[in-house]
Amino acid sequence: MADDKVLQAIDEPPVIDSEICVTDEMVEVYIMGKPYTVPASLTIMKAMEYAGYKLVRGVGCREGFCGACGTVFRRRGDYKLYSGLACQTLVEEGMYLTQIPSFPAEKAVYDIRELEPTANTILSYYPELARCVSCNSCTKVCPQEIDVMDYVNEALRGDIERAAHTSFDCIMCGLCAVRCHAEMPQYLIGILARRLYAAHIAARAQDLESRVQQILDGEFDKELADIKELSVEELKDLYRKRDIEPT
Amino acid sequence: MGYPDYMRESIEKVNATRSKRLGVQYPRLTMEQGNEVLRDHHPDFKDEQKRNLRVGPNKGDPANHEFVDVLEAHTAIQPGDVDLEQVDWDVDVLVIGGGGAGSTAAMMATEAGAKTLLVTKLRLGDANTMMAQGGIQAASKPNDSPVIHYLDVMGGGHFTNKPELVEALVKDAPLVIKWHEELGVMYDKDPDGTMITIHGGGTSRKRMHSAKDYSGGEIMKTLRDEVRNRPEIEVVEFSSAVELIMDDKGACVGAVLMNMETQEYKIVRSKATVLATGGFGRLHIQGFETTNHYGATADGIVMAYHLGVKWVFMDSVQYHPTGAVFPEQIVGLLVTEKVRGLGAQVLNMDGEQFTYPLEPRDIESSKIIREVEKEGKGICTPTGKWGVWLDSPLIDLIHGPGTIERELPAMVRQYRRFDIDIVKDPVLIYPTLHYQNGGLDIDANTATSVPGLFAAGEVAGGIHGTNRLMGNSLLDVNVFGRRAGRSAAAYSKDAEPGKPTLEHLTRYEEELKKAKVETDRHAPVLLPEYRPEHMREHILDIPL
Repeated sequence: MADDKVLQAIDEPPVIDSEICVTDEMVEVYIMGKPYTVPASLTIMKAMEYAGYKLVRGVGCREGFCGACGTVFRRRGDYKLYSGLACQTLVEEGMYLTQIPSFPAEKAVYDIRELEPTANTILSYYPELARCVSCNSCTKVCPQEIDVMDYVNEALRGDIERAAHTSFDCIMCGLCAVRCHAEMPQYLIGILARRLYAAHIAARAQDLESRVQQILDGEFDKELADIKELSVEELKDLYRKRDIEPT
Repeated sequence: MGYPDYMRESIEKVNATRSKRLGVQYPRLTMEQGNEVLRDHHPDFKDEQKRNLRVGPNKGDPANHEFVDVLEAHTAIQPGDVDLEQVDWDVDVLVIGGGGAGSTAAMMATEAGAKTLLVTKLRLGDANTMMAQGGIQAASKPNDSPVIHYLDVMGGGHFTNKPELVEALVKDAPLVIKWHEELGVMYDKDPDGTMITIHGGGTSRKRMHSAKDYSGGEIMKTLRDEVRNRPEIEVVEFSSAVELIMDDKGACVGAVLMNMETQEYKIVRSKATVLATGGFGRLHIQGFETTNHYGATADGIVMAYHLGVKWVFMDSVQYHPTGAVFPEQIVGLLVTEKVRGLGAQVLNMDGEQFTYPLEPRDIESSKIIREVEKEGKGICTPTGKWGVWLDSPLIDLIHGPGTIERELPAMVRQYRRFDIDIVKDPVLIYPTLHYQNGGLDIDANTATSVPGLFAAGEVAGGIHGTNRLMGNSLLDVNVFGRRAGRSAAAYSKDAEPGKPTLEHLTRYEEELKKAKVETDRHAPVLLPEYRPEHMREHILDIPL
């Protein structure tokens, strides 16, 4: 199958050109006020570990999906407060960084199946929604670049569908709530809007409904019982011959 | 940041060949060809990376060194360390793990009337479920059926899967999607409500249901919200189970927990226990980078093994074909299979296709490893890692401008943070450790060989045989999580727990001694160690 030339390629893996390797540049950062020297290529999270912190709080999926590591930081000589996910933000020279281990918020308790998809429903659980002063701090702080203020106002005027779509990418890190003048938990309002939309406004899948009925009626039970009894060779044969829906 | 100049040369070749590649499909391998590439290039077939286990019910079985290391380790605690009589919680059902399987199990157990406690090592929802991007399989369309789904699952798993588990998986699948729809999971739908479904690797029907590329996140956020809506489920976070408790009749009757911050221990007594602790990605098998959650350190399987529960297929590991290898900050990050589902091709340094993009994951990974290791046509990163191109811009050519931004918002965002525009440029990928194919041996009701101990989700094995297909893991955690909750609740009704003991730990230690295992290691390992060695060597152990 493979000719000599190809085989040679295995024996001699390509050499890495040292010219293209990144330099081991180090930067000084202040972790909770204390200076540490860390490699410039690290994220805030990895820099803390490099400095010797074993993380239990403020760490989760490490890939930007779970919202455990929303954090704030400042840069030397700059009055602004910056924010980001510690697992997705690179350290910089002179960065002042910290962890936000947890931030309190009151989650409303409801039975989604019994709710009406209206503004009043959301307001009844989160009346503070009406306190929004449209300062836009929530949008500015969002590491997911969501127009948080927009979905808050969409929810307020009862456009649940739009609020659901606008808030969809929310990972519930809670940074919006940390900055909110009106002291509302935007991210909890967002998930309520999404659940209201998906459960009560979006059309139900009819195909799915029929399939569920077929399963409950035992329509596939015999076929499944039969295929379970096939030998591996018989299964392989069926598998080889299966037709594949065009992409 | 963006791509360095030397990489851009290769990218230009990719860009130059794109219009010519449009619509040209690289042929799928036959089953025989697939087996050959697996044998020659898949990490599972590297014998030198494995050894035979010397203790426990799987004694003599081969597994990767990193996994054997946590089984050939001292138990986390000794019987004398804790007082089992001082009980902190006495419940019907204890659920260990707060991901997809744990959350669904807790819901079903309480619905069945069981007093339920859910404990989790980090936060509720901290799990691989939250990170799954591509989707969830279910035969919900008229041209599909659970039987066709069954055949795909068996073929993907090389016909090694346990038939009764596959039957449960495919039969419950549409029920799970329907349940999610009622709970308010925002699946991608047409305006008339029809679910938008696409192919995944190894599927013969378009049955991948998704919520953009936040599918697992959307499901997990909804499940978490729902658990929080049910005050009858008690949730205790930042408390890891460290060992299971047995009674004098050999049943599992609870667990010893440890507060992850204060290190105080607590005792839970339960009539039934559900292990939903996930897999072992953070053990970095064979040194691979991983897409897994910080807490994925195989705790559940280690604790159950101490109790005498056998595992299956643990020598089989899934390497996701497309993990990011550049930029360095996101190495290991999952690039969802949905990218290939939407039409992106896999290309070598010259911009040439060398594999059908939607082979089952193990074959796709092996083809990529082959292209780099054998053909020498990979691209080297500045830190010495190797990869091949995944041609994301092709998606907009196929489906129209704006598709990538609409369908893959998470991925667009993650690369944009590092000045890479995946709409214009391809991304560099290489297989990354993604999933533990094997796990604890269970039956279709999730029961293990130990009475009172149930297991669901990645900690359990046999469902996927030696290779899981995309979209069957989000499905698995829901199907078997629900079954585990119901089974545990039913079992708890008649259970009469005997005297609690930790004698199994003493027996395990004796076995280690008899097998002449000499080690300083203790397991379960609760979190991976990422502090640098030069720092750890200078730690003083002085009480504060």
